[in-house]
Amino acid sequence: MSFPWAKQYEPTNGVMQWLDERLPLPRLVYNAVGAGYPVPRNLSYMWNFGVLAGFFLVLQIVTGVVLAMHYAADASVAFGKVEHIMRDVNWGWAMRYAHANGASFFFIVVYLHIFRGFFYSSYKAPREMIWLLGVVIFLLMMATAFMGYVLPWGQMSFWGAQVITGLFEAIPLVGAPIKTWLLGGFAPDDAALNRFFSLHYLLPFVIAGVVILHIWALHIPGSSNPTGVEVKQESDTVPFHPYYTAKDGFGLGVVLIVFSLMVFFSPNTLGHPDNYIEANPLSTPALIVPEWYFYPFYAILRAFTFDFILPAKLWGVLAMFAAILVWFFLPWLDRSPVRSGHYRPLFRKFFWFGLIPCMAALFYLGGAHAEEPYIMLSQIATAYYFLHFLVILPIISSIEQPEPLPFSITEAVLGSDPNAKLGTTAAPAA
Amino acid sequence: MADTTGTATSDMVADTGADGIRRRDFINIAAISAAGVGGVGVVLPLVSQMSPSADVLAESSTEVDVSAIQPGQAIKAVFRKQPLFVRRLTQKEIDEANAVSAGDLRDAETLAERTKEGHQDLLVTMGVCTHLGCVPLGAAEGENKGEFGGYFCPCHGSHYDTAGRIRKGPAPTNLLVPEYAFTSDTVIKVG
Repeated sequence: MSFPWAKQYEPTNGVMQWLDERLPLPRLVYNAVGAGYPVPRNLSYMWNFGVLAGFFLVLQIVTGVVLAMHYAADASVAFGKVEHIMRDVNWGWAMRYAHANGASFFFIVVYLHIFRGFFYSSYKAPREMIWLLGVVIFLLMMATAFMGYVLPWGQMSFWGAQVITGLFEAIPLVGAPIKTWLLGGFAPDDAALNRFFSLHYLLPFVIAGVVILHIWALHIPGSSNPTGVEVKQESDTVPFHPYYTAKDGFGLGVVLIVFSLMVFFSPNTLGHPDNYIEANPLSTPALIVPEWYFYPFYAILRAFTFDFILPAKLWGVLAMFAAILVWFFLPWLDRSPVRSGHYRPLFRKFFWFGLIPCMAALFYLGGAHAEEPYIMLSQIATAYYFLHFLVILPIISSIEQPEPLPFSITEAVLGSDPNAKLGTTAAPAA
Repeated sequence: MADTTGTATSDMVADTGADGIRRRDFINIAAISAAGVGGVGVVLPLVSQMSPSADVLAESSTEVDVSAIQPGQAIKAVFRKQPLFVRRLTQKEIDEANAVSAGDLRDAETLAERTKEGHQDLLVTMGVCTHLGCVPLGAAEGENKGEFGGYFCPCHGSHYDTAGRIRKGPAPTNLLVPEYAFTSDTVIKVG
């Protein structure tokens, strides 16, 4: 589970010795995020985002538990309860703004974490299971965020619930009964609000559970690194503590500065003003869009405006779910034995000039009005999105000639490695 | 007999009859079956509790007085906590709806099929877009009625015609005509 040169945990006093023999929890922490976990010495700041995501999960749970102490999931009072938190509860405004912006920052760091995985092919053997669990975490995050957004019972809350549960109506035959069952009524109301609150409280703990599996799976092969060359020797690694506790701590400080600027100076920028209007089942806001972190998938949903064998609505729903489910197949769609984009010239071009502009376009288009030219642009971007994962990636990973890899991480960092024999190149790490 | 020393003997575990079936196989099947039936019995109430409760179902009919609606006007009522559009069509709107051949539409229906005999000018539909459930515009004065003069859903751009039929955009079906009946010449009962 770890490299043979990993430092061993030694209890420093009698109490810790006593504890170690009965419940070796300090040993577990030492081996997981302490000096007992050897990590590649060349990790860049792109490797900060896992720890940052863990931080924001904890922040969301702490602020969320506090908010739940002052909230009530009853459609007649929920909207007023949020205002009560904002105006009357001591520090309530800070808790709510931290929770609302915390969700956005959680998604920002998770998106960067995912795109790090795309560029460095972190999903490749032997790390497939880490990747699959990560996609599961992302799906759970989306469900949790959606249900949380319904709780303030503003106009965007209500119509978001209406639109998202309406997705299930696209399922042939059983769609309408499923929607009624999910909502516990014919439209979002008390029943829906209560069950969303219950599940919004539950799911973060499920996420925490899957995160533990994600980290467990990570510790079997150990962390990947920017060269994509596997660890070969002790000189390729440094202990997690103090090296990466310090590096992650610095990154956390930078992110918290930006987070504080948002919470204290611009807390509503990432939200929608319409959500400060109480839910009204008889009037739809002029522009219904989800929170920004759902925009790419919302753009894909709206891109289907024509029937082709199946109704347009069903295509939209299928494509939206497929856009995330395709990530589950990524370890097998990318067939190159080389991991890092730094050594894959063709892949690198399609990443920076294909996938990234495509995702940026989808982010923009998901928040735009449903009218031309945005619909057509969404259709083009959606087509390219699937083309990238299902066609371009398998083809370029088969035909491209990768650039020479360093013999080891040590060689990549120091320029030479005494263990590297003259004229040998490292076997592709696979 | 019970082994009082606590050790399972091979003849206890593998008490095989002439047909090769052990006595313990029966216990295994019986125990798993009981747990399975019990499990289904537990899951059913857990699933069913999510369905609409009795008080939600009790609000499922509404009466609307339609006498005051002038041609070209529409009102919004509430049916099952969702908006209901009641619209008195002008002669021009009726002609427009009848001018298209229903067979060419995504959801083929004529105006006559969507209204009651003798009340072809009164269009009663749910105000719920069949795409993802937004309330279409066009019922209130001055709202965008879309390219076909009926209703327009601003969420994802579905256009409905003067008979509430889907003509353009992502919605799969026409605006739903709920079950209703005229209880007198001027009052309808929906649901």
